[in-house]
Amino acid sequence: MTRLLTLLFLLLAGPALAQAPDPYAQLAGDGYAEIEAGVAGLAASGDPRAGVILSALSDGRLLVRPSDKALLIRQGAGVVDARTGAAAPDDPALKPVRANNRVRRGIEAAQGQLNLVSPDPAKRREAADAVFKARDAAALPALDTALAREKDAGVKQVMSEARAAVLLAKPGTAESEKLASLPAIQARGDGDAMGILRGLGADPSEAVRAAAGRGIAAIETRLAILGALQNVWYGISLGSVLLLAAIGLAITFGVMGIINMAHGEMVMLGAYTTYLVQEAIRTKAPALFPWSLAISIPCAFLVAGLVGVLIERFIIRFLYGRPLETLLATFGVSLVLQQAVRSLFGPTNREVGAPAFMSGAFDFYGLSITWGRMWIILFSLAVFLGLLFVLRKTSFGLKTRAVTQNRRMAAAMGIRTPYVDALTFGLGSGIAGIAGVALSQIDNVSPNLGQGYIIDSFLVVVFGGVGNLWGTLVAALTLGVVNKLAEPYIGAVLAKIGLLIFIILFIQKRPRGLFALKGRAVES
Amino acid sequence: MKTWKTWSSAAALAAGLALGTLSTGAARAEETIKVGILHSLSGTMAISETTLKDVMLMLIAEQNAKGGVLGKKLEPVVVDPASNWPLFAEKARELISKDKVSAVFGCWTSVSRKSVLPVFKELDNILFYPVQYEGEESERNVFYTGAAPNQQAIPAVDYLMSEDGGGAKRWVLEGTDYVYPRTTNKILEAYLKSKGVAAEDIMINYTPFGFSDWQTEVSKIKAFGSAGKKTAVVSTINGDANVPFYKELGNQGIKATDIPVVAFSVGEEELAGIDAKPLVGHLAAWNYFESIKTPENEEFIKKWQAFKKNPKATTNDPMEASYIGFNMWVKAVEKAGTTDPDKVIAALPGIEQKNLTGGTAQMLPNHHITKPVFIGEIEANGQFDVVWKTDKLIPGEAWSKQLDGSKDLEADWVKLNCGNYNTKTKKCGGA
Repeated sequence: MTRLLTLLFLLLAGPALAQAPDPYAQLAGDGYAEIEAGVAGLAASGDPRAGVILSALSDGRLLVRPSDKALLIRQGAGVVDARTGAAAPDDPALKPVRANNRVRRGIEAAQGQLNLVSPDPAKRREAADAVFKARDAAALPALDTALAREKDAGVKQVMSEARAAVLLAKPGTAESEKLASLPAIQARGDGDAMGILRGLGADPSEAVRAAAGRGIAAIETRLAILGALQNVWYGISLGSVLLLAAIGLAITFGVMGIINMAHGEMVMLGAYTTYLVQEAIRTKAPALFPWSLAISIPCAFLVAGLVGVLIERFIIRFLYGRPLETLLATFGVSLVLQQAVRSLFGPTNREVGAPAFMSGAFDFYGLSITWGRMWIILFSLAVFLGLLFVLRKTSFGLKTRAVTQNRRMAAAMGIRTPYVDALTFGLGSGIAGIAGVALSQIDNVSPNLGQGYIIDSFLVVVFGGVGNLWGTLVAALTLGVVNKLAEPYIGAVLAKIGLLIFIILFIQKRPRGLFALKGRAVES
Repeated sequence: MKTWKTWSSAAALAAGLALGTLSTGAARAEETIKVGILHSLSGTMAISETTLKDVMLMLIAEQNAKGGVLGKKLEPVVVDPASNWPLFAEKARELISKDKVSAVFGCWTSVSRKSVLPVFKELDNILFYPVQYEGEESERNVFYTGAAPNQQAIPAVDYLMSEDGGGAKRWVLEGTDYVYPRTTNKILEAYLKSKGVAAEDIMINYTPFGFSDWQTEVSKIKAFGSAGKKTAVVSTINGDANVPFYKELGNQGIKATDIPVVAFSVGEEELAGIDAKPLVGHLAAWNYFESIKTPENEEFIKKWQAFKKNPKATTNDPMEASYIGFNMWVKAVEKAGTTDPDKVIAALPGIEQKNLTGGTAQMLPNHHITKPVFIGEIEANGQFDVVWKTDKLIPGEAWSKQLDGSKDLEADWVKLNCGNYNTKTKKCGGA
């Protein structure tokens, strides 16, 4: 009788014992390994609440009640039971389920499996990418169903790549199936594909190894070409930053001939103006945040321009024709401005947020291009053309050129030269301020911001030829591209040293830079 | 000739008078104990060092409220070496010779510490150095309350190699080009190789100070990471260069789940300058995190925020190291019953002070201290979530066991009275 009962009990309990451990209990467990297993189990269980629970876990809203290890989700002000979705009493003892990189990787893979059948094609593509990265064999059935149902060609391609990646990573895949999967990976042709193919180097099958080797060779050539193009792009991007930093100096130093050591601080003031504008927008009108940079541009121009005019009126005016004294005085001004900002805002960095259109990257025929850098390149060109227009086509520009070419003649023609001097210096400083708006997106907004750019700015202006705006453009782009082409081969430190040596030699040969101005005004 | 004599005697008289006033001045100074604070308040290092000056002022004020030390009030003497290394030595000399301080708390960069070393040796005073550093040093006059490489770098690499840390097999050692990253990377490279990592799976890269265009470097890391093996980055990038580095990582879409970056110089303070959301999951290894919940830490944070009158002021690891160093000095002075540097130096080894994060730090005979090691992941609010910690305190090693030149060296100022005793040749004086 007892034996019969035991048998009955075993028969009843058998299926329950053979079942996988409860993912809810695992999620409420301690170690990251257990939580990760819970995530995978939940995704595989087909539980309809899985998606909600996983997104709560990745946001840190999944809580565990220490008394009975029940899982709860924080929703708005209240708490709901994770298993049922019913409202539950809030409790200060609730502890969030903790996630580290290991758990987060698990969540990404699990969400990939769940989202494969999402109605939104962008979500499906993301999900397929996640499966591609995770290469988890458990996702294979879901992937097959999704592939059969998929209509969108782009998403379908990513899915078949993901399927190929999973098959190649799964132990025990047949040789023929592996060989059939390889072309999809090779066609993808990026670094990730390369990683998968490299991973096949130890495959038992000769044919798979050979095919993978051919794939690697094909991708390598492609990546080498792309890499070179990418470096040129990085160079243009660095050049555009140099151009932005130097273009204001091309006015104050290039056109007016003032050695302005405080130029970097004008850039810094522009960056801090951006910070202040953003802070004001954050507290007063958060809806305007995407426009904060556009609003900062005129503000930064005015602030830096005004400080520039003040410096010209109160210091530089008395030192015209005495370059050494100007250098020392403006160096002093730069120290004063730095310490003033440090006292006002503190020595630590200030956070300037990036609007959505400035963050992230996009793929352009295999080149990865970051949005922020692209906008900065366009912006620097716009500033350059704008400045060119002001100097060439406006009456103010005409007066500026007249004063710098022949001051006494200009004065005789009725131009108020001191007035033009002040405004020109203000213009150069204001442009530096505008550069600060852009640089706040890629560099630290700290009192030392300007220090990093002053040497480079002088290099660009001198290299391009003092007094020549086009020279500044060409010089900035040349230095940027040369630097970035050299960097992958000799490292960032040597590339910088090499560049400096190159410029020293160049200036020995052509003291007036790339595009030297000619004429009597220059000779005198 | 006569005039010369008159003049010289007049000068002697004046000198005597001056000495007289000096000694009365010294007699009046007896009433307080002077403590030197040698941190840059301007220049590039001001970003990090200004906070440490403030912490010291807070600790001294607190100690004075408790009645000072040996019945005397403490008097802080703050000088500004302006991130200028030779000026550090000048200011140290000024603090010791002119202001007659009993101990100095200061320096951040290794180069500033190296530049003041001869001054402290010559004038026989005490320096408390509160920053994590590259090791390979133990001086009689210096007490190192920050981490040595075995208390930060090696545990961090161990974690990344573990199952929980992602099981990294390929390593990028990315650093700023100066002594701390170069030495740390040399130690790490030797350590990784001893753990069976092949030479082609290690990439070492250096960039200049204040580097801001990280596009090429980050895409190099990305390419290195796509070789089919789990890759991790160990960053010894210092100071300002970190912000653009992390921004570029975020922009190029390198997530911590793909290639985690563990940093040794990025703390709460540095993260205050960036939007931390794209960085969630990247790691830092320290001996202190603001987010660690202990009663001591909560009280310290409360006091700090009240002192700064800023409810958002953050605390960080070197601040805790300053706190430990200061309290150890106070205890040693009380134990020795005097502020005489020689006696305090002799009293310091063995002194214990509770950490802010649990456990008790002890000053070791090699002038380093025992520390717990924490690995934290960056959270969206710019704080760290501790994901791993050592189960016991780790004693600081002055000389790395990984490097050829230093593995036979031992520092022991109690028994051997030597900072670089060679256990092979049985001689004091290095390799």
